[in-house]
Amino acid sequence: MSTSAAFSSAVMPRDVAAAAPMGDVLPPVTPRRGFIGFVRRNPTIAIGGGLLLLMLLIAVFAPLLWTVDPTALAPARRTREPSAQYWFGSDMLGRDVYSRVLYGARVSLLVGFSVAFCASVVGLAIGMISGYVRWADSIIMRIMDGMMSIPPILLAIALMALTRGSVQNVILAITVAEIPRVSRLVRGVVLSLREQPYVDAAVAAGTRTPRIILRHILPNTLAPITVQATYICAAAMITEAILSFIGAGTPPIIPSWGNIMAEGRALWQVKPYIVFFPAVFLSITVLAVNLLGDGLRDALDPRMAKRL
Amino acid sequence: MALLEVENLQTHFRTPDGVNRAVDGVSFEVAAGETLAIVGESGCGKSVTAMSILRLIPEPPGKIAGAIRFQGKDLLTLSEPEMRDIRGNEISMIFQEPMTSLNPVLNVGRQIGETLRLHQGLSAKDAEAKAVEMLTLVGIPEPGRRVREYPHQLSGGMRQRVMIAIALACNPKLLIADEPTTALDVTIQAQILELMRDLKHRVGAAIVLITHDLGVVAEVAERVVVMYAGKKVEEAPVGQLFRTPRHPYTQGLLGSMPKLGSSLTGTETRLAEIPGLVPSLKQKIPGCVFASRCSHATDLCVKVAPALELKAPGHIAACHYATKEGAIAA
Amino acid sequence: MSKLLDVTDLKKHFPIRGGFFGGVTGQVYAVDGVSFHIDKGETLSLVGESGCGKSTVGKAILRLFGITDGQVVLDGQRIDDMSAGTLRPVRRRMQVVFQDPFTSLNPRMRVKDILAEPIRNFGLAKNSADLDEKVAKLMDTVRLPRDAVGRWPHEFSGGQRQRIGIARALAAEPDLIICDEAVSALDVSVKAQIVNLLQDLQAELGLALLFISHDLAIVEHMTHRVAVMYLGKIVEVAPKRSLFAAPKHPYTEALLSAVPVPMPGAARQRVILRGDVPSPINPPKGCRFHTRCPYAFDRCRVEEPLLRAIPTALEAGHTAACHLHDRPEAENPLAIAKGQALLAV
Repeated sequence: MSTSAAFSSAVMPRDVAAAAPMGDVLPPVTPRRGFIGFVRRNPTIAIGGGLLLLMLLIAVFAPLLWTVDPTALAPARRTREPSAQYWFGSDMLGRDVYSRVLYGARVSLLVGFSVAFCASVVGLAIGMISGYVRWADSIIMRIMDGMMSIPPILLAIALMALTRGSVQNVILAITVAEIPRVSRLVRGVVLSLREQPYVDAAVAAGTRTPRIILRHILPNTLAPITVQATYICAAAMITEAILSFIGAGTPPIIPSWGNIMAEGRALWQVKPYIVFFPAVFLSITVLAVNLLGDGLRDALDPRMAKRL
Repeated sequence: MALLEVENLQTHFRTPDGVNRAVDGVSFEVAAGETLAIVGESGCGKSVTAMSILRLIPEPPGKIAGAIRFQGKDLLTLSEPEMRDIRGNEISMIFQEPMTSLNPVLNVGRQIGETLRLHQGLSAKDAEAKAVEMLTLVGIPEPGRRVREYPHQLSGGMRQRVMIAIALACNPKLLIADEPTTALDVTIQAQILELMRDLKHRVGAAIVLITHDLGVVAEVAERVVVMYAGKKVEEAPVGQLFRTPRHPYTQGLLGSMPKLGSSLTGTETRLAEIPGLVPSLKQKIPGCVFASRCSHATDLCVKVAPALELKAPGHIAACHYATKEGAIAA
Repeated sequence: MSKLLDVTDLKKHFPIRGGFFGGVTGQVYAVDGVSFHIDKGETLSLVGESGCGKSTVGKAILRLFGITDGQVVLDGQRIDDMSAGTLRPVRRRMQVVFQDPFTSLNPRMRVKDILAEPIRNFGLAKNSADLDEKVAKLMDTVRLPRDAVGRWPHEFSGGQRQRIGIARALAAEPDLIICDEAVSALDVSVKAQIVNLLQDLQAELGLALLFISHDLAIVEHMTHRVAVMYLGKIVEVAPKRSLFAAPKHPYTEALLSAVPVPMPGAARQRVILRGDVPSPINPPKGCRFHTRCPYAFDRCRVEEPLLRAIPTALEAGHTAACHLHDRPEAENPLAIAKGQALLAV
């Protein structure tokens, strides 16, 4: 369409009609980069991650945080109320609850992170095979269905019953119980990724299957896996506490939040603080991990329209 | 008084990267019984304009300013319950995707009847009778049977007919259709456009048609508003707009479309391109919003935003250099 | 001209699995006996509405899945029954550009890796410097800045991503590119840019294109010949001008008259089809179009028409599958050239 006749761009029009300037209806937003920008964009990740980092620091630096030996018995000073000496009180054997709760964070976080990591790695491998090898799929998925029909906590209890209580065994038992869920997720993601046009284009471009899995499928499963891992981490910490609470988990010699609560259970009505403090720490940690997971899900989910 | 008067509509969104001025100072009127098309490419603000009229923009993060007068009443000053009385009753809306805008667990009759019972207080029995009547109106065969079916049992074209039946059930004075045929195949689109033309004569509702397809505009609209980057850049009666587009953006859009039948007339030419990209709406643009892609742009265009000026009777455009009279050589 | 691609009686049926044991309970006859050819350097468009099987034809030719029946011959070499190993070097000669610019690029690969993949796979670069040079040249070819190769797909707009998709297809130095709705998802002004680019590339490189689209205006602009598909079958194949000026199948006629044209108030002859496309699980007997055809008569309901040359056609090589052409011309509404009236030109 030739339009030059319509325009007289060589000469300035004599009467320039300028549009009335538009005001803004919202206060200006200054885009921030760096840390503040990140926090503003992802408040859930910041809060969840911050709390979790705090717990991690507490667990690592427990000896430096004015604690005493968490296993030191002092029968003479049993069941003291919280005070300047016993910040969270003392338990029925006279041990310092504050020190026990802080050291207990080590077990919870260790179990949570280890289970999340191991279950993700194993689940990723199983899910990949299931999503890519057709004949293996029906066999693997029926086994996973079978395992999933048992509630994870019962499966973990059953596995613990076969062995002696130790932190490693707790991690192993919970990992086994969580694997089916990750495998199912990965399989679903792999099946939908296989249908993506970029995978078709890679096949058409002569890419061999191992490379397709490695370069085109695997990297794109990592985002949903990471989100799932945080939820597994939270679930594992709760399962660990339950196992310890019923005496099927971490041996009593090692303080864990479940153990502390189990020991305080008998005195719940007269000395509630023995149960209260570990329960609060467990809740905060689980909340932090879940917040982190929700934040990651929103940040990594491509469907979240960030265009508006 | 026009049926709908939109004056200086601004719909902005708060985002972490800055304020998105999705619609920034758009004014237009719709007369009773008229069909107005709002046309533009994705991100020009046409859908946000439609949603703003019905106040379907979540606030926050959004914020609507200006005035939207429907029968003289400013919708932006109404309370939410008052607004609910208007939605689906006096102003109703049709969306692009008929599958997701219908409720999958309610049968068709219930969904049409719902609005009637809500707004007109009809009994369940009367509502169903009216639902059958509406399905007949929109040309669905065997309405007595279809009224008991669920959305998944219907084809895409059929679902869009049901959407239209729901929208028209309460005899609205204004129908807002947001890309009503975009998701449909061309032969089904032809059916729906035919239906819309036919219903216009019979029902007499004014229609605001939101679309990116200039072909659809030419088929059903009487007047056209062209939007670009949140602004109205041109408005004209449909014939005039296609014959003598005044704004370089409209000219560019028409030039970039291949003409069907060009192989018969021997007018196959290379398509005109509009170079570059739509500017970000998060930055303030001091001059003309189209200046960065316009081949006629000068310093003036970059510095001073052009006002919408009357270029011919009923024909306004926002361009410093569009001549006021005289047709444009096509 | 010599045939580059020759497809004979291609069939692709997808089994429907259901029931307790996941057995096959039915078939989707997605593509049900399709034959056509593409010459070297030619553009053939495959048009039709959603679900007609046109995309399945494209994917079947690319061997993204096995076919049910038929034969695909590329430059004299039968490729539909090749083993994966022998097929790999042949894949270089046919590449694809998909519709959605947002899902057709791997979001976790940089542009240079996306473009380098086909070059590496087919061993087209002598060394890494040569590879870099080839990638840079591809960026020039699709009019993108060379220094953008280090960026991620999400940093580009839809039109730019489509250019990257085209560059990836070109990286393999193919003879045929299958464009599966390659411009359908783009905005009008960007669509024009990509259409022009594809036309320039075809002229420069002598590529053949299989242009799969539902947009008849773009097709008319781009193509040499057109094949119209309906419900898994080709109903008409013709040189462009012959098809647009004088369609010989009632479905083509309806399609042409249904496309909205940007000419308000144009006096057009309209053929509005009744009803919807039947399901490909249970296609109608006889002619598959008879349930919607305005001209259907008894024979159409029982006997399936075959694709054959139409004597009343404007140009040679115009074939259609319709019984109307066996009737006397007075009783054949498609004997005359109706294109001008349908398109209002």
